[in-house]
Amino acid sequence: MENPTQHLTPEEQFQARIDADVRIEPKDWMPDAYRKTLIRQISQHAHSELVGMLPEGNWITRAPSLKRKSILLSKVQDEAGHGLYLYSAAETLGTTRDQMLADLHSGKAKYSSIFNYPTLSWADMGCVGWLVDGAAILNQVPLCRTSYGPYARAMVRVCKEESFHQRQGFEIMQTLCEGAESQKAMAQEALNRWWWPTLMMFGPKDEDSPNTAQSMNWRIKRFTNDELRQKFVDMMVPQAEFLGLTVPDEKVQWNEARQAYDYGEVNWDEFWAVVKGNGLCNRDRLGARVKAHEEGAWVREAAMAHAAKRAERELVAA
Amino acid sequence: MQDDMQFASTENPALATYTPAVRQQLFQFVLQLADTSLILGHRLSEWCGHGPILEQDLAMANIALDLLGETRSLYQYAAQLEGQGRTEDDLAYLRSATEYRNPLLVEQPNGDFADTVVRQFLFDNFHYHFLKQLLTNADERLAAIAEKSLKEATYHLKWSSEWIIRLGDGTDESRRRVEKSITELWRFSGELTTPTALEKSLQAMGLIPEYEDVQASMTAHAERVLTEATLAIPQQIFMLTGGKDGRHTEHLGYILTELQYMQRTFPGLTW
Repeated sequence: MENPTQHLTPEEQFQARIDADVRIEPKDWMPDAYRKTLIRQISQHAHSELVGMLPEGNWITRAPSLKRKSILLSKVQDEAGHGLYLYSAAETLGTTRDQMLADLHSGKAKYSSIFNYPTLSWADMGCVGWLVDGAAILNQVPLCRTSYGPYARAMVRVCKEESFHQRQGFEIMQTLCEGAESQKAMAQEALNRWWWPTLMMFGPKDEDSPNTAQSMNWRIKRFTNDELRQKFVDMMVPQAEFLGLTVPDEKVQWNEARQAYDYGEVNWDEFWAVVKGNGLCNRDRLGARVKAHEEGAWVREAAMAHAAKRAERELVAA
Repeated sequence: MQDDMQFASTENPALATYTPAVRQQLFQFVLQLADTSLILGHRLSEWCGHGPILEQDLAMANIALDLLGETRSLYQYAAQLEGQGRTEDDLAYLRSATEYRNPLLVEQPNGDFADTVVRQFLFDNFHYHFLKQLLTNADERLAAIAEKSLKEATYHLKWSSEWIIRLGDGTDESRRRVEKSITELWRFSGELTTPTALEKSLQAMGLIPEYEDVQASMTAHAERVLTEATLAIPQQIFMLTGGKDGRHTEHLGYILTELQYMQRTFPGLTW
């Protein structure tokens, strides 16, 4: 019997599989642009986990109780774990961790801009978990169904842990909001700083996001930036109200007709400034990563040299 | 992440048999163990996000978390022994540097990775062999905590021993660095098994292990590891002591300033 797809070009066959929601696996043929887009996206995601350890790591030594300290430390450790399996997922596309790190360190590869904001108070640990991880989850849950198999499977694991982190963050906020006036003020002040930057995490407006259409067509992406941003606002405004906090946007209002919250315009000048390297912490974050990598070079070399010596000895013994 | 409160939920039945004086001494000793794990865990957690490679970042965070878990069990037991209604957080966050009883070794700065590995190796070598002895100890609760921590300490000692070997028998640079760290840090190792007056008293009552056996096992392990690493154990060096009696290096004050910042700035609140 004649195969109905045999007259199709490889591109057409590929798209037919995508359209049928068949997962693409590492050994399958894929268009170069698909491969490149995925490497860019997965490595960016891995870098975000790695750089994302820094703003929270900043508070491990100052956590206000031993219980909070151990929760925070294990959370940051989870992020390192996410980084590891995302780097592995990207490696299945033919790149290496060394190459990806070199691109991060040279500034060629990006990471989530949210981590270029400073963590200034303990309430920031609440906001990072509640808002930043909340936004990350909205971005990431659809990726569990993304077309590339290794990425989708890594995301299933990541999402499970992220939702746990988000609850922990909310719980920090709740404890602050049920506490003393100084704690409530700390919570509100942190929300004021983190609200708009988290809205920016969904990326530019749809009309300014040139890659969205192709990514949706390849089912790498499942929702547009603005759709996700709206979902986030609809999810978070009631939670802020529950906490007794005020979202720092006077335009936030329930729209009965749309069955969604209206909200104000994001400061896109700030968004682009931070993306281009002019946030408060861009230099510090990247600087810390480069420093760790450079100062760790002799350790990695020693481990390799020792492994080589050992292998040689075992060969001689055998 | 589970909140491990298993040791706090019940009171050790043996407590009723201790005289107030013994109870006070045991309290001081458990505090010493808790301070030790806390301060070393704190130092290791400073590496978080800055390790030489992601896998080792994870490993160090993991060890820090284990030590923090042990810290909490110990402070909770210490609070029971004291019986004054203080909590684990009161004990960690509201005592000054001179009240802290950790040995000097664990408060030493991270330095480079070789310094951290050597500090960890010296501690793990003590911790593992000490916990093993503590298992058969007269105090039930301490033995129970030791049982849980020993599983973790076994992994810690494996990790730091393997790194000593890799660095010693790695490159010229790694060898030079680890030798320097050994020279710098070995002088803090003697304190671990030099009993203080408090420890001597508890040893005499059979409540904590004698250190001779612990030291013998430590020496044997250190010789094995350093030989494989092609490194030498420093001989005839002056051993610094004092931490277990509250006389610390200047580093501890800065650790506590950071560690206690929130509790000192916002006293009496729940977090």
